[in-house]
Amino acid sequence: MEKQVVDGLREVFQSGRSRPLQYRKQQLGALHRLITEHQEDIEQALKQDLNRNTYNTSLFELISIENDIKLAESEMADWAAPRPVKKNLNSALDNVYIKPEPLGVVLIIGTWNYPWAMILQPLVGAIAAGNAAVLKPSELSEHSARLMKELLPLYLDKEMYQVVTGGVPETQELLRQRFDHIFYTGSSMVGKLVMEAAARHLTPVTLELGGKSPCYVDKNCDIAVACRRITWGKFANCGQTCIAPDYILCEPSIQDRIVEEIQKTLLEFYQTDPKSSPDYCRIINTRHFDRVLALMNECTIALGGESDRSQCYIAPTVLKDVLPHFKIMQEEIFGPLLPIVTVNGLSEAIQFINAREKPLALYVFSSDKTVIKRMLAETSSGGVTVNDVLMHYTVDTLPFGGVGNSGMGRYHGKHTFDQLSHHRACLIKSFAMEGLNDARYPPLTAARLRKAKFFMQHRLCSCSGICVWAVIATLLAIGLKDNVP
Amino acid sequence: MSREQQAVQQARKAFLTGRSKPLDYRIKQLQNLKQFIKEKTTDIANAMRKDLHKTANATQLFEILGLEGEINLAVSKLAEWAAPRPVNKNLLTIADDVYIQPEPLGVVLIIGAWNYPIAVTLQPLVGAIAAGNAAVVKPSEVSSHTAKVLELLPLYLDPEMYQVVTGGVPETQELLRQRFDHIFYTGSSAVGKLVMEAAAHHLTPVTLELGGKSPCYIDKNCDIRIACRRITWGKYMNCGQTCIAPDYILCESSIQDKVINEIQKCIQEFYTNDPKSFADYGRIINQRHFKRIMALTEDSTVAIGGDSDESEFYIAPTVLRDVTPGSKVMQEEIFGPILPIVIVNDLKEAIQFINEREKPLALYVFSSSKKVIKQMISETSSGALVANDCLVHFTISDLPFGGVGNSGTGRYHGKYSFDQLSHLRSCLIKKLNMEGVNQMRYPPHTTEKLRWARVLLLKQVNLARWRQVAQVATLAALTVFVVQVRCSSKWVNVVNKS
Repeated sequence: MEKQVVDGLREVFQSGRSRPLQYRKQQLGALHRLITEHQEDIEQALKQDLNRNTYNTSLFELISIENDIKLAESEMADWAAPRPVKKNLNSALDNVYIKPEPLGVVLIIGTWNYPWAMILQPLVGAIAAGNAAVLKPSELSEHSARLMKELLPLYLDKEMYQVVTGGVPETQELLRQRFDHIFYTGSSMVGKLVMEAAARHLTPVTLELGGKSPCYVDKNCDIAVACRRITWGKFANCGQTCIAPDYILCEPSIQDRIVEEIQKTLLEFYQTDPKSSPDYCRIINTRHFDRVLALMNECTIALGGESDRSQCYIAPTVLKDVLPHFKIMQEEIFGPLLPIVTVNGLSEAIQFINAREKPLALYVFSSDKTVIKRMLAETSSGGVTVNDVLMHYTVDTLPFGGVGNSGMGRYHGKHTFDQLSHHRACLIKSFAMEGLNDARYPPLTAARLRKAKFFMQHRLCSCSGICVWAVIATLLAIGLKDNVP
Repeated sequence: MSREQQAVQQARKAFLTGRSKPLDYRIKQLQNLKQFIKEKTTDIANAMRKDLHKTANATQLFEILGLEGEINLAVSKLAEWAAPRPVNKNLLTIADDVYIQPEPLGVVLIIGAWNYPIAVTLQPLVGAIAAGNAAVVKPSEVSSHTAKVLELLPLYLDPEMYQVVTGGVPETQELLRQRFDHIFYTGSSAVGKLVMEAAAHHLTPVTLELGGKSPCYIDKNCDIRIACRRITWGKYMNCGQTCIAPDYILCESSIQDKVINEIQKCIQEFYTNDPKSFADYGRIINQRHFKRIMALTEDSTVAIGGDSDESEFYIAPTVLRDVTPGSKVMQEEIFGPILPIVIVNDLKEAIQFINEREKPLALYVFSSSKKVIKQMISETSSGALVANDCLVHFTISDLPFGGVGNSGTGRYHGKYSFDQLSHLRSCLIKKLNMEGVNQMRYPPHTTEKLRWARVLLLKQVNLARWRQVAQVATLAALTVFVVQVRCSSKWVNVVNKS
């Protein structure tokens, strides 16, 4: 079945239907209508999947998708146009540019924590770049998967964009097919399997993976504000966010203060009983519930710790004096547990971070510019937000992606378009000036070599900047001419 | 511990000291690399002569020149490339610092190829050094004399940071078992798959510069003489052993004879009547490839050349005519001095022919008709496309060089090498004030809060456009000022005169 789907899509892609920008815009418009007209259905599905309320759904998923669609619609002509490049003396009279082209059939494998954003944001880029696409939503967020499968063909060209639902066997079968790009969001472990499968067809991949995103709180900072922001980012979606601050690093002297501030904030956000707060989500399923709960075993609970398996509910929890070898520090938590690991200063924090895999996000809270500078200069991570959490995700001009174990490739805004395009180098010469070419033809004498060297080594500089100055200088010259005695 | 493991460990240890971070260090290493090339020019030229029968001038023109250009470019542009790159913000982040910071990846493995052993092994190294990485360089053992010269690199570069590991398949396999932060491989698609599979075990990103059959369409509306000069040059350079050589010709039957005649004239002009004794004509790299290439011609009709001498790995510049799609020579990348001509009825059929096959690394179209060129571009795909010439896109450092599909993934040259071997880290630097603005995102959620969030998140602030507007406004104001001054001074003159 999966082979049929892919073969069918490839045939339709090769018909050239998705090449005209008008078609792509139409499809994006339809996608926009899908999420606007069915917003309530989507919210309902997410409520069932993750106990997410309508506001969080908009805030964390629909707004981002909408932003990307609007951006793609308005900028597509720009993005898809030939991009001229600098020439050298040899190519001075030629047409030299980079032409973005569709790749073909893209496979997008989504995940369950933000089931709509994680599939539709890449899809926006795939459509804008002129590709066909197979979408494989996560079976764990089953209501969203079912709804997506039902709605997409009602709005988009179902011969160009198809949804394939199912579990591991279906995904494995899909991965045996040949795609022109695979976009996977999920765990590093499965990321390796995806890349291995892709290697068999030399298919390029974008892997948006995870890891433990550290959050360093410097003693020189507004701890109250820092804790508000961290609390928001950590416990949104019940901690099930790939860029959630996974754990805190701080000096022992401020640990208690941090716990206190987080407690205050939790009260403000979720009131005395988060379980009955409409804004507090649930763990996706009992398997993950058990996994997350088990991570608490060796730890000292400073806040929270309550749970209810029948609801997959785990209270917002803070653990203090956590040691590096504890289980909770061995894997990405992906749940509402916030361990605090104490360190004796910035150097030790940096060392701690660098002894581990490069994370998807890194957070540092400090009023001290030198602290921030050092943290950024001496560590690596997919992205960084300083003095806040999650927010680099919302700036679509910033490429979003990991490095090392946290992934490869990037997307959002124009970056998705570029990631899912082939940037074809084009050089259009004429038949004229053949005399210039003599220098390169055999026999390669010393004289010919000299001539060839000259032409190859000189680049033409960019004209626009020089022109502006030339005009300004001319104007000034004219103006001052008569006034100079 | 194997030698390969040791090399990787040493490189990683050197990288972790942080000494490759300062731009001064990187520039020094690049200058040392340049010195290596300069001081070892003779050794390199001699090695190339032995490996591929290249003349010193050919080595200069087709390997050294490009490499030097890349080094010079990196040295002069490094500060710009490595600097933070500001980006447009949204209303929410308008007061913040928002930029992309290029960072080194760590330890890069560079696996070179044997056809341009200096260029394709050291050009990626230029990018690796410029981006602040450590590197393990594995030159191809097939170009064994050049590999020996490359073993001298540690005398010029920081020997712990940049390691050279020589050897054959077992050594390469051992290297591929280690963990790198990027693997840059140039070679065949078959091995490219194995490299990517090995990289997957460690989630290591890859750049694969592979190959394929680069088609060359000659339209009947074109200056066939000049087309054939350029094709002949591109095809037989390095005895056809160029990843972007025009692999085969597609043309209408009415011009096949003219094409053959013109190519014959060019072969004579470039390589004389006896290419075998001509210094500027290369040799096949080894016996295995010699046999492979000769076998490809078995079921085709020779129009020019066809002679060979196994003792020298010499194959004459050869053209095959009326080649059928099913013949041996059309089943794999030739990588030799055999130029098949396949007849098609028109452009449409040529495009169909090309699209039925794997996406090539390069695609060539010769035509005086803009329409033909346009159609070829829009209805096919390839790593690169050159109209009315061959190979020369390789020399434009602002064009990304790389394949698509079976011909590869990733790109390099110039700034692209730097970017390919860097991590472009997204940075958002906020302050701890203005906390009030954040209220709209905190629970308990309300409709009003959500409305604010939409406004602040969905509006982009295009600083570039504002800058442009400011520039135009300044120019306009300046013009008005100048005109005013001139008018008033003219008026003063008039008044004075009267």
